[in-house]
Amino acid sequence: MSTPFAIRVWEGQLMTVWRAWRTAVALSLTQPIIFLLGMGLGVGSLVDGRNDAAASLGGLSYLQYLAPALLATAAMTAGSFEATYPVLDGFKWRRTFDAVAVTPIAPRSVVNGLFLWWTTRIVIGSVGVGAALVIIPSTRGWGVPVAMAMSVPVGLAFAAPLAAWTATREDETSFPPIQRFIITPLFLFGGAFYPIESLPLALRPIAWVTPLWHGVQLCRDLTVGPLTLGATLVHIAVVLAWVAAGYLACQITFARRIQR
Amino acid sequence: MNALVRVMPALPGTLRRSSRMVERSVMVYRRTWMIIVSGFFEPLFYLLSIRIGFGALIGEVTVDGSLIDYAEFVAPALMASAAMNGAVYDSTMNIFYKLKHAKLYETVLATPLSPTEVAAGEILWALTRGLLYSIAFLICIVALGMASSGWILLAVPACVLIGFAFAAMGMAVTTYMRGWSDFEFIPAATLPMFLFSATFYPISSYGGWAWAVQISPLYHGAALVRAAALGDASWGIVGHVTYLVVMAGVGLAIAGRRLGTLLRA
Amino acid sequence: MASAIASLAVPDPSHPPVIAARSITKRFGDFEAVRGIDFDVARGECFGFLGPNGAGKSSLMRMVSSVSPVTSGELHIFGMDPATNGPAIRARMGVVPQTDNLDQELTVEENLVIYGRYFDLARSQCRDRARELLDFVKLADRAGSRVEPLSGGMKRRLTIARSLMNRPELLLLDEPTTGLDPQARHVLWERLYQLKEQGVTLVLTTHYMDEAEQLCDRLVVMDHGLIVAGGTPRGLIDEHATREVLELRLAASDRSGVAQHIGDLAVRVEDLPDRVLVYTPDGDEALARLRAAGVHPLGSLVRRSSLEDVFLRLTGRTLTD
Ligand SMILES: Nc1ncnc2c1ncn2[C@@H]1O[C@H](COP(=O)(O)OP(=O)(O)OP(=O)(O)O)[C@@H](O)[C@H]1O
Ligand SMILES: [Mg+2]
Repeated sequence: MSTPFAIRVWEGQLMTVWRAWRTAVALSLTQPIIFLLGMGLGVGSLVDGRNDAAASLGGLSYLQYLAPALLATAAMTAGSFEATYPVLDGFKWRRTFDAVAVTPIAPRSVVNGLFLWWTTRIVIGSVGVGAALVIIPSTRGWGVPVAMAMSVPVGLAFAAPLAAWTATREDETSFPPIQRFIITPLFLFGGAFYPIESLPLALRPIAWVTPLWHGVQLCRDLTVGPLTLGATLVHIAVVLAWVAAGYLACQITFARRIQR
Repeated sequence: MNALVRVMPALPGTLRRSSRMVERSVMVYRRTWMIIVSGFFEPLFYLLSIRIGFGALIGEVTVDGSLIDYAEFVAPALMASAAMNGAVYDSTMNIFYKLKHAKLYETVLATPLSPTEVAAGEILWALTRGLLYSIAFLICIVALGMASSGWILLAVPACVLIGFAFAAMGMAVTTYMRGWSDFEFIPAATLPMFLFSATFYPISSYGGWAWAVQISPLYHGAALVRAAALGDASWGIVGHVTYLVVMAGVGLAIAGRRLGTLLRA
Repeated sequence: MASAIASLAVPDPSHPPVIAARSITKRFGDFEAVRGIDFDVARGECFGFLGPNGAGKSSLMRMVSSVSPVTSGELHIFGMDPATNGPAIRARMGVVPQTDNLDQELTVEENLVIYGRYFDLARSQCRDRARELLDFVKLADRAGSRVEPLSGGMKRRLTIARSLMNRPELLLLDEPTTGLDPQARHVLWERLYQLKEQGVTLVLTTHYMDEAEQLCDRLVVMDHGLIVAGGTPRGLIDEHATREVLELRLAASDRSGVAQHIGDLAVRVEDLPDRVLVYTPDGDEALARLRAAGVHPLGSLVRRSSLEDVFLRLTGRTLTD
């Protein structure tokens, strides 16, 4: 019964960004392509020039290695942003969730609606990278749409737990440290730009338990291979575990915040 | 330059009044010093990532015929980019918030401060933060053994100059912003600069497009910091400094005048 | 009109006026908010601006506060021109804007301290004055609190305290008591009296007639960017209203004939949406005539004329219009 209300929450979120959709779409299309030109081709020319490089990248060119990984990092960026400032905005400044609370919409539907909205946001964000993957001949293939779809749970794996945290916060002071100590390090060390085998042994378990590395591997294997059943199942399981845990946590903290 | 010339005779008083804006920012940030301190970790993460990740993949690059360690090549450019990003944030989002939502400048202009002094004060604060951040960056570079010359100390003033140029220009641009959605265009300008300013690979890789790279202010900033880090003095430095100084002057003049008309309606 | 302007001349010419305005205008694009205004304010007096919403009061106040430049005309404050001596003028002036613009990122006390610093006061002096002024506006117990959670009235009092940090000779108050509860208003009036006693010149705008009558030595009524009348509160009432007012609540069918029934005792009749006002030298007699003519009001009240009536007469609008 909660679905229709959830859709209304989703509509509300959509409306707040609708005015700027042209800019948002234009940027989401061009930014990844610019990034791939700069990092994939540019840095790629330096990497691929080394004869031992292909071996450390599992036989892939640097562009092939990097481009699919951006699906996962873009999903993380979108998910972690949407779960912080805009959610606090809903509780505190614009008070949209408070406004919702006096209507028949239940806190549960607010969470469901936000999940729908985050999914939309992540999909929009993945279109640019997806287009680039299709344009680049060496990454083109049927795996691309599947990898794009898989980037949704990767983004939710960040959005859900962070939103649950945001619902317990009174102000935004914890957001910059989250960005600085969680999101940025994962972006840099999460296996998107170079294999985590470069990391000191002690740091690798961090990649194994957090969702980004699994997401990166998933998107990469789906796009440019090699796809193995065992590894794929493990990646999916870890990502989904974060989404599920985050979902439950959101249900608890949102209900507490809205009904207090 | 009009705004600049007008305040010249009264410069000492102007400087003192401008510094009041810095004082206010210090008052605000005293409570959130954790955020500033945690900012020191950012260069550390970036440099480490270059060192253990890209360094291992790439090894060495050829710049002007000599071979240098890739990490040593990129580190100065990252330092310059950080100066740019910090200054751009401080002078766009931050200023816009105070202008449109907090009405801070309306308050301040009822006191003896003038719009130019307010603009200068905010830029002064952006530079103060940039200075601290650059020092932190420098410490990280040296601690990770990514510097080969003592001249790298000059990278700090170079970054302050970069910050000045970008803060002034950022503020000028901000006075034209209509709403928050306009800010989406800022990464559209800074990301290409970050990627294509001979930051990650030598300008020789661009071949016939090298002239386009030289338009980017960050190219001149990164080249300046790199010259300091590698300790190689050349006449090119004069060109880089001139570019950034002119950019700062133009930005400041536009910002001072535009802020004046915006706030004194 | 001529007499209204004449009565605005400064009483004692040996003391130069604190504010001297000669046909000043303010234009926003092609809309003229202030359309040529003359007035002088003498040292130590309290001068008021009345006028309906949009009359141009705040625009005028912003020009006098030397923030917004005049479009044309001449304005001198402390004998100086704001265009060239803005900082020197603002250094001697305190401003309470219509909407509070407190620094949301600072605490109550810090708001006062940094404001003092903008005026180049020494840090210790800022702290001393801040404490003193927080006592003055009864906010001492909230010194360390953020601004955001303060009530509207508390924010107003803080803004007023802030305007006093530089010990101004001239204080500009744009609707100082809007949003204050009655008790807080009386406390503030009392404070403003004290300041006047100390020789501070006060200029204020207000929508409250009682406030204007209480505080102002002289006042002007503005409408559509022009001064439509001016003088002392008593003088304005004598000039623009009758001695008494008969307020009537009438059935709709009785409304039309009121003026004829009362005859020469009705100097003027105002037909307002909720009531009818009859301006008359003798309210009781007017009411008696009305009853004699067979009109029985649902309610009636005889009272002395006030500035409210002057205002209504001059602007055709009630104060809260
Ligand atoms: N910055 C501005 N740009 C354009 N028009 C303005 C500006 N400020 C004021 N106005 C216009 O000037 C006119 C006078 O406004 P002002 O604020 O001076 O009135 P006021 O007498 O203070 O009214 P109130 O009693 O509502 O405070 C209004 O029509 C207003 O819309
Ligand atoms: Mg007003």
